[in-house]
Amino acid sequence: MTVVQTPASAIIRGVRAFFGARETGILAALILVIAVTTMVNPTFLFSPDGFRDLLLTPSILVLIAVGQAMVIITRSVDLSVGSVVGLTAYLTGRLFIDVHGIPIILVFVAGILAGAVLGLVNGALVAFGKVPALVITLGTLYAYRGINVLWTGSNRVNASDMPADFLALGTNQLLFIPYLTIIALIVVLIAAWYLRNRRGGRELYAIGSDPAAAQLYGLKVTQRVLVAFIVSGALAGLAGVLFAARYGTSSSQTGTGLELQAVGAAVIGGVAIFGGSGTVYGAAIGAVLLLTINRALPILGIPDFWQQAVVGALILGAIVLDRILALRLSRKLIAKREVSHE
Amino acid sequence: MLLHSSTRRKGVTRALSIGVGVVAIALLATACSSGGSPGTSSSGDKNYKITFLPKNLGNAYFDTSDKGGAAAIKSFGGTYSEVGPATATADAQVSYINTLTQQGVGAIVLSANDPTALGSSLTQAKSAGVKIVTFDSDTDPKYRDVFVNQATAEGIAKVEVDSITKLIGDTGEIAILSAAANATNQNAWIDLMKKDLAANHPNVKLDAVVYGNDDDQTSFDKTAALLQTYPNLKGIVSPTTVGVAAAARYLSTSAFKGKVQLTGLGTPNQMRSYVKDGTVTGFALWNPEDLGYLAAFTAKALVDGTITGKTGDTFTAGKLGKFTVGDKATVLLGDPFVFNKDNIDKFNF
Repeated sequence: MTVVQTPASAIIRGVRAFFGARETGILAALILVIAVTTMVNPTFLFSPDGFRDLLLTPSILVLIAVGQAMVIITRSVDLSVGSVVGLTAYLTGRLFIDVHGIPIILVFVAGILAGAVLGLVNGALVAFGKVPALVITLGTLYAYRGINVLWTGSNRVNASDMPADFLALGTNQLLFIPYLTIIALIVVLIAAWYLRNRRGGRELYAIGSDPAAAQLYGLKVTQRVLVAFIVSGALAGLAGVLFAARYGTSSSQTGTGLELQAVGAAVIGGVAIFGGSGTVYGAAIGAVLLLTINRALPILGIPDFWQQAVVGALILGAIVLDRILALRLSRKLIAKREVSHE
Repeated sequence: MLLHSSTRRKGVTRALSIGVGVVAIALLATACSSGGSPGTSSSGDKNYKITFLPKNLGNAYFDTSDKGGAAAIKSFGGTYSEVGPATATADAQVSYINTLTQQGVGAIVLSANDPTALGSSLTQAKSAGVKIVTFDSDTDPKYRDVFVNQATAEGIAKVEVDSITKLIGDTGEIAILSAAANATNQNAWIDLMKKDLAANHPNVKLDAVVYGNDDDQTSFDKTAALLQTYPNLKGIVSPTTVGVAAAARYLSTSAFKGKVQLTGLGTPNQMRSYVKDGTVTGFALWNPEDLGYLAAFTAKALVDGTITGKTGDTFTAGKLGKFTVGDKATVLLGDPFVFNKDNIDKFNF
């Protein structure tokens, strides 16, 4: 294959790659949802609150979905993230109540570290115990939630327990872009760059494509899987801190159900549930799509009772569509291979 | 969430499992056990040793109610004490009831963790002559003498409708942010509110009832959706503590702050920031201090023999005035209490 590199062909290739990417379909769906909803109700996009919520609401889920995508790419899954968010959100509140005048940055560090430790427990059990992650993290989902209930009881952290500067982080903006969105964006960019360009990132894909082959090839499977879980836990920890800042409260049930949204976001975004393919961009867009649909439905006049059913149908639709596209692509690739072999 | 009154069993289980409702701030910071009034123990032959047995210790809600009880008991020269388990589990109160029976207290004032689990120990206590008053959350009526009820569905619905119609000037569109779509008590309140609105507030239009499932995030997002969907919305009512706090959090940083009125059932600690920053002018709940005060006087009336739990019995409860025992041996505290900027700092629960 010798292709003359001209700027024009590079652009064409870029455009073709863009339209061929699995993420593009999801992005198009997202734009469609936003466009239709905005036509029905212009305030969805063109009002200070509407624009802010569009960016702000998915930010926390984006963080978790990025971690989840990294774990799923290694052919694992982390179902404990919702419980990790709950624990770190309560930890955040506790730190502000119990340690007077604690610097906000220290609370962030504590939340991320706590999340990383919880992720390490998951990772260690999965990597060393050789037990499927589905089982392990289903266990820690309940175990972590149990610790949370035991610790929190019927208590609740309220907005008045946390400093105003911290709460402002959850809602304020820098030039029309909320802080939370900026944090999420930075995380997405770093994770995407690492997965695409670094050896460690590429090995995650290799492990997910064929764990046995990766082992035989001499990749550090245990270490990589461990790191993926630690990252997922740390991001869930960060999300927990941000949850407290955004919602100004946390109780023993904070974050319940987030794990399924995170898996849903990753899958919608084209991360294959059996590992080995997908990008964190896709997972992030999937997260934005999922929550934007959630917000759009009431505005489109779908009654409350039907909203969850509609979300479910859309998830199924997205997956079916994704599957059809993937099959078509693989047929095309096979055809191409046969042609080139002739 | 706030549902102790009529749906007892469900109320208790939900309060336990979801653990929100009336909540505490500090699990350990408790002003527990045996405060009492030094020196003044008994008056005459009446046994005024009255012990408060909350669902659990270190719960700021019960710290507040028991403070009211202590003040009441001090005022009539009885001996106040407070005992209770560390966690609000169904059978945790049994051993306390047995011990108090052996100690021969005059009355036990308790908030039951379970409507039936305490049955046999309460029956023993009663047969030993101990008067049993339940408050906040009841047992089966046969196990106690009198239940002091904090609010009725009618009272709650009325205070909600009155507050919101007053806030929006009795004209305009409103919406309700509820808990779960199948929450019995919420639906009962909402039905009563709808009837009241239709009958007495013809210019107020109820646009929608949405369900936040008593989840912070869902309630928050539903509030955002309400504000976008109904641009003419003037008020939101959220008769659930989680919902009203989440709606207040959204409104407090929204362009609608001050333009859309919010009220509901909330606790002072959850709502403090939002009342102070002007997002919320007022919200309702019963006053737990008065509840404890009334429960203590109910216990006294039982010890005195002024009341026996029969419908129509009347007694006087100090500064709160005269009360009548109603159906199923229940005493009603009265209309819910409205918290606002001026009084919120007197409460910590």
